[in-house]
Amino acid sequence: MTLEILGISVLWMFLLGYLIIGSIDFGAGFFNAYGVLTGRQHILTNIIQRYLSPVWEVTNVFLVFFFVGVVGFFPKTAFYYGTTLLVPASIAIILLAIRGSYYAFESYGSRGHKGYSFMYGAAGLLIPASLSVVLTISEGGFVSMVNGNPVLDYHALFTSPLTWSIVVLAIAAVLYISAVFLTWYADKAGDRKATKLLRKYALIWAGPLAISVIGIMFELSKHNVEHFNRMIDIAWMFGLSAIMFVITVWFIWKQQHYSWALGLLVGQFALAFFAYGISHYPYLLYPYLTIYDSFTNPAMATALVVAFVLGLLLLIPSIYLLLKLFLFNKDYIRGKKDHHA
Amino acid sequence: MENESAVFFSRVLTELTLSFHIIYATIGVGVPLMIMIAQWVGIKKNDEHYILLARRWARGFVITVAVGVVTGTAIGLQLSLLWPNFMQLAGNVIALPLFMETFAFFFEAIFLGIYLYTWDRFENQKKHLLLLIPVAIGASMSAVFITIVNAFMNAPQGFDVVDGQLVNIQPILAMLNPAMPTKVAHVVVTAYMTAAFVLAAIAAFKMLKGSNHVYHKKALFLLMKVGLVFAIASAIIGDFSAKYLVEYQPEKLAAAEWHFETEKNAPLVLFGVTDGEEVKYAIKVPYALSFLAHSNPTAEVIGLNEFPEDETPPLYIHYLFDTMVMIGMFMVLVSAAYVLGKIRGWSFVSTKWFRRVIVAGGPLSIIAIEAGWWLAEVGRQPWILRKYMKVAEAATTSDHVDIMLILFCGLYIILGVGSVVVLRRMFRHNPIEQEIEDRKAEKGGDFS
Ligand code: HDD
Ligand code: HEM
Ligand code: HEM
Repeated sequence: MTLEILGISVLWMFLLGYLIIGSIDFGAGFFNAYGVLTGRQHILTNIIQRYLSPVWEVTNVFLVFFFVGVVGFFPKTAFYYGTTLLVPASIAIILLAIRGSYYAFESYGSRGHKGYSFMYGAAGLLIPASLSVVLTISEGGFVSMVNGNPVLDYHALFTSPLTWSIVVLAIAAVLYISAVFLTWYADKAGDRKATKLLRKYALIWAGPLAISVIGIMFELSKHNVEHFNRMIDIAWMFGLSAIMFVITVWFIWKQQHYSWALGLLVGQFALAFFAYGISHYPYLLYPYLTIYDSFTNPAMATALVVAFVLGLLLLIPSIYLLLKLFLFNKDYIRGKKDHHA
Repeated sequence: MENESAVFFSRVLTELTLSFHIIYATIGVGVPLMIMIAQWVGIKKNDEHYILLARRWARGFVITVAVGVVTGTAIGLQLSLLWPNFMQLAGNVIALPLFMETFAFFFEAIFLGIYLYTWDRFENQKKHLLLLIPVAIGASMSAVFITIVNAFMNAPQGFDVVDGQLVNIQPILAMLNPAMPTKVAHVVVTAYMTAAFVLAAIAAFKMLKGSNHVYHKKALFLLMKVGLVFAIASAIIGDFSAKYLVEYQPEKLAAAEWHFETEKNAPLVLFGVTDGEEVKYAIKVPYALSFLAHSNPTAEVIGLNEFPEDETPPLYIHYLFDTMVMIGMFMVLVSAAYVLGKIRGWSFVSTKWFRRVIVAGGPLSIIAIEAGWWLAEVGRQPWILRKYMKVAEAATTSDHVDIMLILFCGLYIILGVGSVVVLRRMFRHNPIEQEIEDRKAEKGGDFS
């Protein structure tokens, strides 16, 4: 394995981590807001608070890790993406900032303001939408070079069906991942009512997810043929992912094996995400930037890999402790004990 | 191709975001240590008041951390969005500490989550205290790593440029640049000092408002002792920072001291105003600059005349330098007077006016932090990477930076006001007297 591939794989893995735990967080906020609006808040709030409170800051670090890591391993991305993403990334930052801080304000300061919950829920869907634009841009065709500087064509971007199908996918995925996870969590907590409601959400959002994936495939076959053909080459990965999806939905439908359903969900997204990444190889930005011509120098690459391995040795036991105390601790999940400062 | 308005607005936006982040970041670095000290004292003395102190600080800390994290995420992304050319170059040489910083964040975030949600969960309180150590280490290490990046911008090394190409890159050497030791030490120690004085200001404020509870008295005495230690350390390391400047960035020191001509027996200029090179109303202390710079009253100090005009920083950094140093000295005096006064039983330290001075110490310390950073960053102008890249070459060419600036202004207003409102409400709804009563009821009364 070359250092280039090692570097991008590590970053891609952390982005996957952000995708999964970020989705759970964003979706939960949306369901909570929806619950407030429809007067079903009492069913969900407890479950959502218990899971989210101790981990929200950790979620954010996954994102920070990704964007710092990209500039470290592939410094040229700072030039291309930094210049073109000013507006979409700034909007995402502002939404993230409002959402993250109001989460803390609300859970520790004052509880239960309707306006907060609503804004919080809405931001949770807008953030994935604005972040997903990066994926669209990476497909090429929206950036041109003017006087040696990359310039983003907003008109083309916002009128492209590809953009909108990726946005729909991002939102559907967030809601689906979140609903499946929370179904499992509510079931573990022994909260029947919440399980029932969340299960329904999971089934509802499975449909749009499947449809948007098919839509993207179709759009991509027109927009970026090279990428599409590489996707066909590894169709088995997408196929396996689709099978996992079907089994997850089946289990949820049948109200059984929720743990398996959760495992398969992670498997499904991991496979699809890596299949997408592999077929995107070697481009970071069609057609200007590949992982090879943007890679850092060997000395820095080695240093980063060493730092990464040492960092993991520190992180893995800590994450294990966090999960053990909060995610796999029956008393905590069931709300028997509250030791908050 | 440069885009002048983009350069201008990128600078303003960077200044704004950093100046806002640094307030919360400094608290984020310093407060975990204060919580740790209070909790440790509480366990050792078996005194519930100190434990409660730790617990209430921890609660408030959650709010400041939240704002620290989101504004930090903003500046982290903005570095690439606003300074793409710089980050492309810097990514090749100084990405390592930035990357290590994310691990420090991870570490801090995980244990902070655990710490906050495990109060009273352990039989042995010391175990709970142990969970705080990684939080404090993580927070301080984030400051260390980010400051290393900043030190590199001031004294770049660890690479060569041959025909416009970066060669011979040594990431570790880049981290161990000459600006690093003093800068890192000064930043970390001033963060501890600021946290101590900000918390002390709160305790003194409560006492001014009429609360006479021993809880506040214990808090104030503890914090002033801690603050005194770190204030003295800040001044000493600050002196080393100036000596570093003499050696490696003489133009910054010369501009900060209004030292125009290279000369021996250089005097120190305090206060005053300039009009070009005309200095008015200043106090000149003979030989003092030579002495401070070289520990020798007759030594030669390099002046601004040695540098091309377009490579010297603006002269207004003198005011920033004076502000920082005066506040530093003042806080040493205030905390020393308080600690000595308490030990010797001087009555003036318990008067209203002295408490007002202590209350002022909190905001003053934050002003010193801001002044210090503005001195350090503006004093590096026009360079973003000293002697290699100018700020104007580093900026984005994208339009729309001005609109982003307006959006971020709005964001920081919301965050700033929101955090203050929430903090005040949090403690007003649960005053200390009430909480002590509650704890007594819970524990069945073994409470002093
Ligand atoms: C509570 C805050 C505080 C206080 C009381 C002081 N400083 Fe400071 N100073 C800082 C907070 C700070 C800072 C914010 O941490 C800076 C900005 C960048 C840096 O490296 O540290 C700084 C920078 C800084 C620099 C510039 C370093 C550089 O650009 O590389 C010098 C020369 C000093 N300080 C010197 C002093 C002296 C002689 C002080 C005497 C009391 C002093 N500082 C008190
Ligand atoms: C990794 C560390 C840092 C980087 C990469 C960085 C980068 C920059 C850049 C690109 C500028 C623009 C230059 C200009 O405005 O003229 C700047 C200026 C500035 N930075 Fe830093 N900075 C760092 C650390 C800090 C920190 C920690 C602070 C603390 C608040 C800070 C405060 C400022 C200020 C106040 C300015 C304005 C200077 C001016 O008006 O010219 N910087 N910095
Ligand atoms: C250019 C300068 C800076 C950048 C790019 C930056 C970046 C960041 C980022 C990305 C975060 C959020 C991490 C998370 O998600 O947990 C953060 C938070 C933090 N930053 Fe900054 N930072 C800068 C300057 C500083 C300085 C100068 C200090 C210390 C003196 C500092 C101390 C912290 C701390 C302690 C946190 C954790 C939040 C808290 O405890 O309040 N940062 N920073």
